[in-house]
Amino acid sequence: MKQAIGDFLVITKRQLLQMIRIPEVLIFATIQPAMFVLLFRYVFGGAINSGVSGGYVQLLMPGIFVQTVAFTLAATAVGLTADMQKGLIDRFRSLPIARSAVVIGRTVGDTLQNIVTLVVMGLVGFAVGWRPSSGPVKILLAFLFLLAFGYSMSWIGILIGLSVREERVAQSLVFLTVFPLTFLSNAFAPTTGMPKILQYFAEWNPVSTMVAACRELFGTKNIFGATANSWPSQHPVAMSLIYMVLLVVVFAPISVRKYVKVSAK
Amino acid sequence: MKSIIAQGLVKTYRNGEVRALDGLDLDVEEGTVLGLLGPNGSGKTTTVRVLATLLTPDEGSATVGGVDVVKHPDQVRNMIGLSGQYAALDETLTGWDNLTMFGRLYHLSASATKARATELLEKFSLTDAARRPIKTYSGGMRRRLDLAASLIIKPKVLFLDEPTTGLDPRGRQEMWQVIDELVKGGVTLLLTTQYLEEADQLADSIAVIDAGKVIARGTSDELKNQVGGERLEITVDASHLPRAVELVKQVAGADPIVDTGLRRISAPVNNGSDSLVQVLRLLDEAKIHPLDIGLKRPSLDDVFISLTGHVAEIEAEVVTGKKKRK
Repeated sequence: MKQAIGDFLVITKRQLLQMIRIPEVLIFATIQPAMFVLLFRYVFGGAINSGVSGGYVQLLMPGIFVQTVAFTLAATAVGLTADMQKGLIDRFRSLPIARSAVVIGRTVGDTLQNIVTLVVMGLVGFAVGWRPSSGPVKILLAFLFLLAFGYSMSWIGILIGLSVREERVAQSLVFLTVFPLTFLSNAFAPTTGMPKILQYFAEWNPVSTMVAACRELFGTKNIFGATANSWPSQHPVAMSLIYMVLLVVVFAPISVRKYVKVSAK
Repeated sequence: MKSIIAQGLVKTYRNGEVRALDGLDLDVEEGTVLGLLGPNGSGKTTTVRVLATLLTPDEGSATVGGVDVVKHPDQVRNMIGLSGQYAALDETLTGWDNLTMFGRLYHLSASATKARATELLEKFSLTDAARRPIKTYSGGMRRRLDLAASLIIKPKVLFLDEPTTGLDPRGRQEMWQVIDELVKGGVTLLLTTQYLEEADQLADSIAVIDAGKVIARGTSDELKNQVGGERLEITVDASHLPRAVELVKQVAGADPIVDTGLRRISAPVNNGSDSLVQVLRLLDEAKIHPLDIGLKRPSLDDVFISLTGHVAEIEAEVVTGKKKRK
């Protein structure tokens, strides 16, 4: 067990070293969400009547945070596919290391990169008027919540990464999964404008519950969500936790098994 | 003692449509080098993957260092080194980063890892490049680092899957030197290659593989005799052709084949370089200057045609599609 932890730390360290060796990747990974903050803030901010004090940016920031961490799985999937193509995964599999070390190391490494991204986004948000009002403890809790959500989503990335053979395919698959999730939600606009059936989807969508939970933790009234008095919209924090546990419980074992067998085809 | 034993290995893909391994038997004596020679898609890589615990065979059994690869893969992983067809490295990291990462994954202590990485970089002439990302390495340097990574634990059994495929002649030479030195260190080596010359150079014994089976086994001399020996080939000026033919016949002791159009004379010879020197001397005495002269050695294609009656290429095409990503 101690050895297994050592193995996974080595793999995590590799991810962090990559960050240092090619800082451009992290820089661009950070610029993009920062750009989204600015675009949404000034494009939609003027058009959407938010009705909360402090304006649209208060509602927007939790939405963008969640979208960004949800996209962690892109890095996870693409990175893993690349490793497989290069034969690196084969080499790892020929080493006497714990079977889960490589995939756990990658999910943790990608999550650590998120810390940097979230800090930069938070600062940009602050610069354009975002003012969380719930106090330091809850704010910190919200960020931890975001990291945990990104972590659990990255397990989907592991499965995608192990299932495809081309980096570009992995990328497309991620977009097809994550974009609908983030837009069929309360992240950027009220769900009330959607067709009824999509409203229900949006209500139960993990991205919505996460955004609602973050709004709650940052101290903003979630006026984009409550279309129905459904359980998830009433208990966003609890529902989000359930989703995270579900994601890990379902995808982690499948992914580890897939990793073990990946080249047995 | 045998370091590697494989018995009746079978591995099929696409529900049995493609038989990558079709009852493969193999054994390698401890401390020797076996060259597994065959064209693309003949099952070389699949054999290595089974022996290196990456792939479970459908049938058959194999032991490495006396340990069953299916039942105790972890024990096997602790004593093997694997270097594949592609340099399996993290390209964004430096050579040093890669070696230390693999050292730690082999559970060497931090200080032992550093010492070993330094030693290997030195040994493979990569010390100067140690702090550069792999991306900036030449093909030959990547292969050397890849090999270094597979040697971190001083493996008892080493698998090299086409270690020089894709390298330029100089890179190949360098790689051969490195491998040659390794072998002197006493490691048991299973080397796959498409080049007869490479197997000749590095292996104690050669197994020829085709369609997932070993179809011939022996030293390179034994195989070559089976294929037929070397041929002397000389191209001369058209006016000198008849005289040169006579001289070649004198040395080779048999009637040479003459291609008048190409002005080329070709004859089988037994002791290649001696015959070559002899012919050159005779030509010189006769004041004939050959435009081209050389010994043609049997190629893998020659081996294949003589052993299987078909050309390697055709087989390769059928199976490349299945050769799947690594």
